[in-house]
Amino acid sequence: MTLLPLLSSVFRREMQLAYRRRSDLANPLLFFLIVVVLFPLGVTPDMAKLAEMAPGVLWVGALLANLLSLDLLFRSDYEDGSLEQMLLAALPPTSLVVCKVGVHWLVTGLPLTVMAPLLSVMLGLPGSALPLLMLTLALGTLSLSLIGGIGAALTVGLQKGGLLLTLLIMPLFVPVIIFGTGAVQAQVAGLPWLAQLAMLAAMTTGSLALAPLLTVAALRIAVGD
Amino acid sequence: MGAFESFSAFLAMGDHGVYVWSAYAVGAAVIAFNVVAPRLHRQRLISDHKRRMRREQR
Amino acid sequence: MWQAFVRWFHKWSSPKWFYTMSQPWSFWLGWAATLIIATALVWGLLFAPVERLQGNSYRIIFIHVPSAFLSQAIYAAIAVLGLVGLVWKMKLAFFVAKQCIPVGASMALLALVTGAIWGKPTWGTWWEWDARLTSMLVLLLLYLGLWALHNAMERPESGDRAAAILALVGVVNLPIIKFSVEWWNTLHQPATLKFTEAPPMHTSMLIPFLMAILGFYLASMAWVLMRTRLEILQRERKSRWVEDELNRFSEGQ
Repeated sequence: MTLLPLLSSVFRREMQLAYRRRSDLANPLLFFLIVVVLFPLGVTPDMAKLAEMAPGVLWVGALLANLLSLDLLFRSDYEDGSLEQMLLAALPPTSLVVCKVGVHWLVTGLPLTVMAPLLSVMLGLPGSALPLLMLTLALGTLSLSLIGGIGAALTVGLQKGGLLLTLLIMPLFVPVIIFGTGAVQAQVAGLPWLAQLAMLAAMTTGSLALAPLLTVAALRIAVGD
Repeated sequence: MGAFESFSAFLAMGDHGVYVWSAYAVGAAVIAFNVVAPRLHRQRLISDHKRRMRREQR
Repeated sequence: MWQAFVRWFHKWSSPKWFYTMSQPWSFWLGWAATLIIATALVWGLLFAPVERLQGNSYRIIFIHVPSAFLSQAIYAAIAVLGLVGLVWKMKLAFFVAKQCIPVGASMALLALVTGAIWGKPTWGTWWEWDARLTSMLVLLLLYLGLWALHNAMERPESGDRAAAILALVGVVNLPIIKFSVEWWNTLHQPATLKFTEAPPMHTSMLIPFLMAILGFYLASMAWVLMRTRLEILQRERKSRWVEDELNRFSEGQ
């Protein structure tokens, strides 16, 4: 069999699995909504101040929501043994990881990005910043899913992997959030923002190239012994 | 005495004494940790080994 | 030449050989480090002249900079050792890498705390989101993650390899993190109180400063060697020679 039909069947399987766990998938979105609603209650209802903080709040919310869902990335496949089969199968394991992470992004990163405009209105972010906010979130969450995939793979064999996953991955998310919010804040302030966006895009492509390899290596540790 | 006029001037560090001495105290604590931790680990290894030996003799 | 190197490398990669040969090393390194650090700190505290701008608080530099230096050097060493372990399947490299973690973490913590203490008289606050302090905090988190990963794994061999992968990810990311934090910092707080470029150091400050760095290097090596020797005893405890060694210890006590 050639690669493409195999990959598309894996992709379809992943999407079906995601559809079956749709209540799990709603969790990050709900979390994102809650963070953005609680923030003004906790800080200030002043729209001008909120607008200033909006890019950061939206980004932190999206990042934490993404983190929340990462723990499940490989877990069920690990527990029912299908992960082991997949690593032994004919298709290159990196493409499988890219497929799984891609689906993870489609069902968390993308919905978070689509939700962001709605929530940004509640935080008084100027409408002109919306396209850039969505672009950075789309790129950034993909990079988060890719980097997070390494952490999810490292902790998949552990009973209480969730907190450890957060500790392992959080430091690696630092550049993503800096360049993501940096671009939006610069645009709101009327400063050039292309450099931040370019850095974010570079992070995403870099992690697309490297993260799957490391994820496969980590999965082999979890499965192999 | 070196760069200082008296011992009390040395301790006072030109009213930065609190900062300098607390920083050096933390430094001493970290060095002490690095020296003591392996020793404790060694003792733990030995007592584990003794316990294992006793169990095997029984 | 190359073959001699390979032979030397193989010899040192055997845990037993390493255990036997490293004993005098950790002893002499430890004593050299003690002497050098003691000289450097007494010199730095007592004899180095007062700094013109910062007064005596600059004396924190003699422990702050060496520990910051070491925390980064040790992280790099962990990544290199992890790579060596993964590629050549050498367990000794993993042992050393694992025991580098607590030493490196303690150095990062020391750099962070002394940095905060130094910040109080210099910037007027304990914590400033200064680029260097922030990336040091991230480094400490990376260390804690490595250690937690080791401890979470049921089989130590899996922990070794998992931590090696994480260390490699971290070492690729560290420059990016540093760069991004510096960028973010210059964006957020232009021209607050910051260390500008360090003024050229007076020789009587520079010598104890360099000595302190050297001393911290030697001390860290001695600590890592001591810890690695214990790690070898623990991990190889099923082998005959380790049992003999432990028996010898138990009788000696």
